[in-house]
Amino acid sequence: MPLTKRIIPCLDVDNGRVVKGTKFVDIKDAGDPVEVAKKYNDQGADEITFLDITASSSNRKTILDVVENVASQVFIPLTVGGGISSVSDIRTLLNSGADKITINTAAIKNPNLVSDASEAVGSQCIVVAIDAKRKKVSSSKESWEIYTHGGRNATGIDALKWAEEMEIRGAGELLVTSMDKDGTKEGFDLELMQEINARVNIPTIASGGVGTLEDMYRGIAVGNADAVLAASIFHFGTYTVHEVKEYLSKKGVNVRQVYE
Amino acid sequence: MKTIAIIDYGMSNLSSVLKAVEYVAPNDNVIVSSSLKEINNADKIIFPGQGAAKKCMSSINDKNLACVIKKNSIEKPFLGICMGMQVLMDYSDENNGTECLGIIKGKVRRFHKTKDGMKIPHMGWNRVKKKTDHPIWSGIDDNSYFYFVHSYLIEPENKASVIGETEYGEKFCSVIAKDNIVAIQGHPEKSSAIGLKFLKNFIEMS
Repeated sequence: MPLTKRIIPCLDVDNGRVVKGTKFVDIKDAGDPVEVAKKYNDQGADEITFLDITASSSNRKTILDVVENVASQVFIPLTVGGGISSVSDIRTLLNSGADKITINTAAIKNPNLVSDASEAVGSQCIVVAIDAKRKKVSSSKESWEIYTHGGRNATGIDALKWAEEMEIRGAGELLVTSMDKDGTKEGFDLELMQEINARVNIPTIASGGVGTLEDMYRGIAVGNADAVLAASIFHFGTYTVHEVKEYLSKKGVNVRQVYE
Repeated sequence: MKTIAIIDYGMSNLSSVLKAVEYVAPNDNVIVSSSLKEINNADKIIFPGQGAAKKCMSSINDKNLACVIKKNSIEKPFLGICMGMQVLMDYSDENNGTECLGIIKGKVRRFHKTKDGMKIPHMGWNRVKKKTDHPIWSGIDDNSYFYFVHSYLIEPENKASVIGETEYGEKFCSVIAKDNIVAIQGHPEKSSAIGLKFLKNFIEMS
């Protein structure tokens, strides 16, 4: 029996509250992180990811309270990202109750952070986020370029080579977001997932673009992802985690079913 | 009120284990400790762990905890979790070979890579098949899911001590019981309702 494929709801957290919006527009308060996390746990979420989008760095410590409170009541792996730039930031989050952290911009600014962090706290805690956007390299060929700062800044770094380097440096998982698909509801960039999975031997999480249950299925069955992460389809109640798993299970994907 | 001591030997982040035990044992006194006296005075022991075998064993030895761990594993209910299960064995292949505590006969070895593309560590949710009845299984269905993160597995000499088995490329012992000891390779503190039930069953064992 292979490992189950994981379904991971992602929550944006601003100043200690869950918010929802599309592409950083129309951001609305969507509740207390503990209540939202409990709801997803009850639906059968395999992990929960929190993305701290708090703009003011002086309010950054509110995420620590969120992690502490959620970890006291929700007992599945918790991943936290946003504003992490040092091993000490990582340790603080893990001590508050996070199980994994995700870094993107900080890894690009300083790739040694990935090596240092995996050495210090273990690879299994380090998720490297790759925000990639297609780029034409010739009339018939495309590649993917890494972006930072939520997709605003191009880096010139090739996403596939970066994925390989991150594995060597000790990343435990890769969270791959297609900036072309994010927010479109057209489905994951399956080719991007396939190319990355052909190059690395660590788990990959597909993100960006889910609109339907079939999109979730294709991310796993065609894109070869080990896990899928989605935000809006869960927050807006389009589907529950349970419904996603029922669908995947019917299509022959091995998932952890939870019956309340 | 009982005292449950979570042994701290400086190798892992114990906040998840502490939070989960406090959640299932709200009326008990749950402590995180490396004090010989506190551990000896506790009613039950939880022995977690993360990281590499050699570092774990040197931390245990540096803190002079090997004897107190052995003594307490005989005298009272004792739960090993993840690396806290592996170092109970005689020996681990990890880090070019590491002598372990020798409380349970057998060794620790890396997963066999049985096919291409099999990812190690074994990380994620997998089933545990119950091999025998045991109070730790009370109210937990056969083939329930637990959350795992590990690259090495235990091979106990006494196959009858295997009370739970999991398959990842090969079948391995994921839960073991010997006298007062129960140990699990997965992370009950991260295994949602099933994991909490497992911890609660341990708290209620006498």
